[in-house]
Amino acid sequence: MNPAVLIASVYVFALAAFLGYQVISRVPPLLHTPLMSATNAISGISLIGSLVLAGDPHYPRFAHILGFIAVTAATINVVGGFGITDRMLKMFNKRKTEARPEAK
Amino acid sequence: MTLSTYFMEATYLIASILFVFALKGMSHPETARRGMFLAEGGMLAAIIGTLIGVHILTSAWILAGLTIGSIIGAWMAIFVPMTAMPQRTALSHAFGALAAALVGVGEFAVRGGEMPAITRGALGFEVMLGALTTTGSLIAAGKLQGIIRGKPIQFKGQSIVNLLTFLAMATFFVIYLAHPEDAAVFYTLLALSFVFGVMLVIPIGSADMPVVMSLLNSYAGLAAAATGFVLGNNVLIIAGTLDGFSGFILSVLMCKAMNRSITNVLFGGFGASIAEATSTVDGVMREISMDDAAMQLAFASRVIFVPGYGLATAQAQHAVRELAELLEDRGVSVKYAIHPVAGRMPGHMNVLLAEANVPYSSLYEMEQINPEFPTTDVAVVIGANDVVNPDARDNPKSLIAGMPILEVDRAKSVIVLKRGQGRGFSGLENPLFFKSCTSMLYGDAKSTLTHLAQAVQHV
Repeated sequence: MNPAVLIASVYVFALAAFLGYQVISRVPPLLHTPLMSATNAISGISLIGSLVLAGDPHYPRFAHILGFIAVTAATINVVGGFGITDRMLKMFNKRKTEARPEAK
Repeated sequence: MTLSTYFMEATYLIASILFVFALKGMSHPETARRGMFLAEGGMLAAIIGTLIGVHILTSAWILAGLTIGSIIGAWMAIFVPMTAMPQRTALSHAFGALAAALVGVGEFAVRGGEMPAITRGALGFEVMLGALTTTGSLIAAGKLQGIIRGKPIQFKGQSIVNLLTFLAMATFFVIYLAHPEDAAVFYTLLALSFVFGVMLVIPIGSADMPVVMSLLNSYAGLAAAATGFVLGNNVLIIAGTLDGFSGFILSVLMCKAMNRSITNVLFGGFGASIAEATSTVDGVMREISMDDAAMQLAFASRVIFVPGYGLATAQAQHAVRELAELLEDRGVSVKYAIHPVAGRMPGHMNVLLAEANVPYSSLYEMEQINPEFPTTDVAVVIGANDVVNPDARDNPKSLIAGMPILEVDRAKSVIVLKRGQGRGFSGLENPLFFKSCTSMLYGDAKSTLTHLAQAVQHV
């Protein structure tokens, strides 16, 4: 990594941190569990790193096997994480249509 | 750069933007779900972009990994019960961190010697954070599932052993920076990080899990961000950082809700040595009969339910909603008071009650509901203990002094549903149970609530 790329990466990191702070501090405690599983699914983006490791034909077999395990783990994270987040959010959303008259 | 590389980079940019929109949607339950669809789209775009961009569409390893991962992931998403959400989330942190750690190991194996110093540093962080989060999360999941004892596991000289493990890890990190080609050093660093993850979590009790979960969430994200630095990949940096900061913010909120510092949670071993600080309370706990309790509830005009971890263990969320509906049909106003650290992970109680169809408009946060207790006729505490312990407010010597509580003791009367007469997780005596306005209903929360509902119907 040459210095220019590194500096750009640090900028990206700092701005993402700031943006993350702004956006996430607005999430109500009501949704903290879905938030955690959603951010976890999003960080399953390390899948794309795993894909390269598992698939690059120039890499040795050892790397492919590590990559395979990493792809599996990250995919579990992505599919499971998004799936369960949606299942949870669906429960929160159901209110609107089924809300009882007493509940304001 | 070839055309397919540009395409790949474009999908990464789109994914990054969609991730931010998704988290923005999380600020309200109505927009949250739509937001997550955006994030899913972003993820899919990034995966397809990668497969096309690096021409690796046909690798058997990838197809196998994606297929197996999807099957296990889908199975978890569909069949894991809501009460097991903390364990599932902990496991998922472990998987995410493991992927980051393995990518790190792979990068080291492929081009370890020729990395520039800064990349080496990022790789070191990636592997350390990834490895310690993997084992730490597995231990946390084990504790939450009850495979490992939930009480803090402590031994003499533990903090010294922990400190030494940490120092050894730090030392090997530095050695690795100086000798990047030495595989033995790198793998020792990896092994030490795995060990440190275990050491970090075993001394922490189950009641502190909300903080631990948030911290592990943060580490898993930072490990992914470090991977981004190693690979020079911005979408990894952005997504990882968002996750890292989300976990960090949650940790801070959870610590605030317990009036403790993160160091205190990690190294305090809470609930292990409390004998000396327990206040002795005068008075007796008064038991109440099911019919009397039902009578009180049925003729109240305002009732507040206060759920705690006991609600989750007894899986009583549906039973409490049924009782609440019966009361509402009689014209009783019913609200739910949610303490930020009730349960085993941030937002645990909200999810359980949402599963039972409780409208989220009747779930109240601590600050909103506390002023309402004095005008409440009956507060029903379901398997919560420390979060309603008035000692935290009144007794400066108490171990939980200063922890913000739900001021249940200010209600006109209190009914406490409890499994038995024993003390709660922290082992602290709770003066609330001895107050003259408090009555106790012993037994499994679910069956007690079901019986209460039947009794209310017959009033």
